[in-house]
Amino acid sequence: MDFWIDVIINVIFAILSVLLLLLVVAYSTLLERKLLGDFQLRIGPNRAGPFGIWQPIADGLKAFFKEDVIPEKADKIVFVLAPMVSFITAVGIIAIIPFADSITIFGRHVKLIVSDIDISILYVFALAALGSYGCLLGGYSSYNKYSIFGAMRTSALLISYEIPFVLLIMSIVLVNGTLSFSGIVEAQSHLWNIVREPVAFFLAIVCALAEINRTPFDMPETESELACGFNVEYSSMKFSMFFMAEYAHLFTISAILTTLFLGGWKGPLLPPIVWFLLKTFAFMFFFIWERATYPRFRIDQIMHFGWKVLLPLSLANLLVTAIVMAIIG
Amino acid sequence: MTPSLNTYLGSYLGIVVVLIMGVLLAVIMIGASHILGPRRKNPLKDMPYESGLPTVGATWAPFDVKYYIVALLFLLFDLECVYMYPWAVYFKKLGVFGLIEMFIFIFILLVGFVYVWKKGALQWE
Repeated sequence: MDFWIDVIINVIFAILSVLLLLLVVAYSTLLERKLLGDFQLRIGPNRAGPFGIWQPIADGLKAFFKEDVIPEKADKIVFVLAPMVSFITAVGIIAIIPFADSITIFGRHVKLIVSDIDISILYVFALAALGSYGCLLGGYSSYNKYSIFGAMRTSALLISYEIPFVLLIMSIVLVNGTLSFSGIVEAQSHLWNIVREPVAFFLAIVCALAEINRTPFDMPETESELACGFNVEYSSMKFSMFFMAEYAHLFTISAILTTLFLGGWKGPLLPPIVWFLLKTFAFMFFFIWERATYPRFRIDQIMHFGWKVLLPLSLANLLVTAIVMAIIG
Repeated sequence: MTPSLNTYLGSYLGIVVVLIMGVLLAVIMIGASHILGPRRKNPLKDMPYESGLPTVGATWAPFDVKYYIVALLFLLFDLECVYMYPWAVYFKKLGVFGLIEMFIFIFILLVGFVYVWKKGALQWE
């Protein structure tokens, strides 16, 4: 009996966290547009409701009622599957993020993490690698030269920056001695990983920018050269799903960086969930801010930087971490 | 033995639920926009959107080889990294022996990396 109550609580919590993620996704589009407006001395969306708070809902409804064009020569099955792949892999990451400490409901302890698995980090990398299929398939099935170029560049970028990212996160694993996110949060009780691994922190932010295709690395959306990149042929809700996936990644990668480097939900005075959201939204603010600041790299500059600078640096960081750990025990 | 969610398989229940939710939402969203949206066929609308110009040549043509080289390198390095994760988790237990073993492993990786670099596989222009 107790077991089934636990199962029901877990299922309800999982469903709720997905719905909350969708809400965050909707409102991070508004947040981004508002902040970009401020950075560029504009007002930003302000027509739908006070401060434009109904704007994401209006955008979402509009997307449902738009014509769903599938180009004549496109590979139709893959064309429909690609946004689903992007969306599902982006949503799946929410399952392993520790939101807060365990709370007590109806006299039983409920962990505020949907799935407290041992291999959280490998799960994140697996889903991120699968997510790159979404844009590759979407671009390739569109039968459009712009989208093929966008898709090839995006997937090249994603896989190139995944290796340094994996190596940098490995130094965190080495210091904390665990692959599970709740274990990593516990290991940071006294000292945040940003203090132990400052180099890894800054390099990981660069890799994170590339993994979620934010501005200095926004290969999928090179408007000025590829019209819109891999999703140029998409319309209606399929187009929106690529963007929902992108904003879901914006939130989840912020939450993951918070968990790995800033001690997750741990913090004094305020409740854990408030600390978690504060740190996560600080990262999201930073990611939006730098979009307004930096120009875009060319694809050859990106590949040079990834393979010839980031990869050796992250490997060196890992080796130095290992030596220091072996010396101090 | 009473069943519990704190077992190895039990902890994966949430992931299954989240992924099912993802699939359901994706199908609902695409299905709804398919039903609700208008449908006005037009031969021009079905053409590839390439800034108003007709497509020149085949679109699904052979692509630049350097992308495939990057994919191959990714496979190699990512596999190496996956092998290194168990080492990182058990580093404290393995001690100096683990450190030296992994230095040999990374040294072999580095030889390959230097070779690839010298051969110009990382050269993009």
